[in-house]
Amino acid sequence: MVKYIVKRLLLAVLTVLIICAITFFAMHAVPGGPFNREKALSEATLAALNARYNLDKSVPEQFVLYMSGILRGDFGVSLKTGRDITAIIGESFPISARLGVSAMIVALILGTVFGSLAALTRNQLPDRIIVFFSTLFTAVPSFVLATLLLLVFCIRLQWIPVWSVNSQNYVLPVISLAAYPMAYITRLSKTSMLDALSQDYIRTARAKGVSRFKMIFKHALRNSLIPVITYAGPQIAYIITGSMVIETIFTIGGLGSKFVTAITNRDYTLIMATTIFLATLMVIANVICDLLYKVVDPRIKYE
Amino acid sequence: MATNTTGELPKKNPISMQLDLSKFSDADFRPATDDEKRQQDVMSESTTFFKDGMRKLFRNPLAVGSLIVLAVIILTIIIAPMVVPYSYDEILSVNGRRDKGAKNLAPFTYSEMEQQYMEKGGTRFPHIFGTDEQSRDYFIRVIYGTRISLFIGFFASIIVLIIGMLYGSISGYLGGRVDLIMMRIVDIIYSLPDMLMIILLSVVLNEVLVFPAGSLLSRLGTNMVSLFIVFGLLYWVGMARLIRGQILSIKENEYILAARSIGARPGRIIRQHILPNCLSVIIISTALQIPSAIFTESFLSFVGIGVRAPMPSLGSLANAAREGLQSYPYKLVFPALMICLIVLSLNLLGDGLRDAFDPKLKR
Repeated sequence: MVKYIVKRLLLAVLTVLIICAITFFAMHAVPGGPFNREKALSEATLAALNARYNLDKSVPEQFVLYMSGILRGDFGVSLKTGRDITAIIGESFPISARLGVSAMIVALILGTVFGSLAALTRNQLPDRIIVFFSTLFTAVPSFVLATLLLLVFCIRLQWIPVWSVNSQNYVLPVISLAAYPMAYITRLSKTSMLDALSQDYIRTARAKGVSRFKMIFKHALRNSLIPVITYAGPQIAYIITGSMVIETIFTIGGLGSKFVTAITNRDYTLIMATTIFLATLMVIANVICDLLYKVVDPRIKYE
Repeated sequence: MATNTTGELPKKNPISMQLDLSKFSDADFRPATDDEKRQQDVMSESTTFFKDGMRKLFRNPLAVGSLIVLAVIILTIIIAPMVVPYSYDEILSVNGRRDKGAKNLAPFTYSEMEQQYMEKGGTRFPHIFGTDEQSRDYFIRVIYGTRISLFIGFFASIIVLIIGMLYGSISGYLGGRVDLIMMRIVDIIYSLPDMLMIILLSVVLNEVLVFPAGSLLSRLGTNMVSLFIVFGLLYWVGMARLIRGQILSIKENEYILAARSIGARPGRIIRQHILPNCLSVIIISTALQIPSAIFTESFLSFVGIGVRAPMPSLGSLANAAREGLQSYPYKLVFPALMICLIVLSLNLLGDGLRDAFDPKLKR
C-alpha cells in the first residue's frame, strides 16, 4: 500500500513537472517578446525591463527561476494588466471552486439517484425517461445549454436575475455545468447497479429475507458506487474546463472566465500561470481518486 | 469366419448385440434420392462475422434511425451548396449593389431591395434560415459549418486512429521492455489534462505556424491545422492503450504461433492476423471519437481559437449567435440543433455498432 502511494505520488510530481516544462517552453516559442508594443521602447528601457523580468538570461535559466518562483507562490505579473497573478488566482479561484464543487456534488448525487432508479425500474417508464434525457444531455454542448437557460429563465421569464455583484444566484450555472457529468454518471451507475443486482450475494440476501430497502442501500448501492468513483477523477477535469465556458456566459468573475479573457488578450504569463495551476489541481484530484478507489474496493491489488 | 453360401441372412444369436438385419428390407439400403438429400441441407445460409453484425445493427431501431439522420445530413451538406446560389462568405447584393437592408433577416423573409427586385420580375432564392449580422445567407453558413465540423471530427479521428494503431500494435506485439517504456510514455501523456494542453498548444501553434499563401494548409487555416496537430499529439493515447490490450490477448492464439513458425515477419503478422481480429473494437472507438472531436472543436471555437473567420464551424456560429441572442434566438438554435443531432446520432450509432459487433462489451 505504502509503496503504491509513493509510486503514485512520484508519478504525479513528474506529471506536474512535465506540464510546467511544456507550458513554459511552449509559451517561450511564441515569437516576439512581451514588450513588443506599437510604441517602440528605447533600448535602455527595454534592457532594464528585460533585466527586471530575467528575460536577459537563457531560457533554461529562466525556467529554473520561474519554477522556484512558483514554489514560493509567486506566479509573476500579468502582461496586460500588470497585476500580481497570485492575487488574481487568489481572488477568483474561490468563486470557481464554489461553482465547481456544487456542480460536482449535484452531478454525483443526482447521477447515482437517477442511475439506480433506472436500474431498479428497468424497461419501465421511469427508466425510459431517464435513459432518454441522459442520452440527450450527453449530446448538448455545455455552452448551448447555458445560453438557452440564460435566455429562457433570465431574459424571457425573468425568474432568476442575471448574475451581478448583488445577486449571485448559482442555480443556472450549476445546472448547466452539472448536466453533462450528471448524464454520464447516470448511465454509468445504471450499468453498475444492474451489475450489482445480478450478483449472488443479492440473491442470498433476498433468500434470507432481507428487506428491499436494506438490500438496495446496504448491498447493491454501495458496490455500484465503485465505478462512479473512478469516473469522478476525469469529471473534475471536465468541470474545470467546463467552468471556463459557463463562467464566461454567465459573466461570473471566476478563474475560468479570467483564463478565457487571457486567451483572447494573448496574456501569456497569465495563460501560463493558470494552466499550471489548473493542471496541478487536476493531477492532485486524479491521485486522490485513484487512492480512494483502492480504499473503497479492497479487492483491487496494488500494482 | 464362416462363409454364407446360400445368400440368406444368418440367424441372429439372441444375446448378440448386433443389429438384426432380417428386420430390414432391401429398400432401406438404396441410395438416397436427390430430393431426400436436399432435406439434409442447412436451412439458413452461412453468415460471416461482418454480415451477422450488420444484421444485428439493422435490427436496432436507434442505430438505423441515426444512420438515416446522418445520411440525410451528409446528403444535405453535399447537395445544398450546389442548389443555394449564395456562398458562405458572400455579402448579399442585388444587381451588383450591396444590399444594406439584408442584415439579420428572419427565416424566409426578404429585404426591401430584394422585394423591389422581385416585383420587377427577378427571382431570388429564399433565405431559409434568414441572414446574419453581416448580410450573409445563414442557411449556407450553417451548411458549411456542418461540413467543417464533420470534416474536423472525421479527420481528427483518422489521425488518432493511425497513430494509436501504429503505437499500440508495436508496443503490444513486441512486449517486454519496449512495451514497458512505450506504455510509461502513454501513462504520462494520459495524465496530462488534455483540454488545457489543447488550449495551450493551440494558442502557441496559432502564433508559430506560418504557411505559404495559397497552399492547401494555409487555406485550411492555422487554427484547424493546429487542432489536428494537437489531436495527433494528445488524443491517440486512449486508442493506443485499447489496441495494445487487444493485441496482448490476440497474440497468445495458436494461429499466431503457426504464422511465426512458418517464418512470417512481425509486420505481416500484425497486419494480416492481428489487426483484422480487433477491427470491431477499432471501428467502434473511432465512431465514438468523432463526436468528441466535434465537441472539442466547438469548445475551442467558443474560447476563440477554433477555425478562422470567415470560415464557419458549428461551434463558432453558435458562439457568434450569443451576441444578438435576445432578438434573434433562432441563430443559436440552428447550429446548436445541428451539433446535437450529429453528436447524438454518432453516439447512438457507436453504441449500436458496439452492441452488434462486440458482444463482449454488451451489457
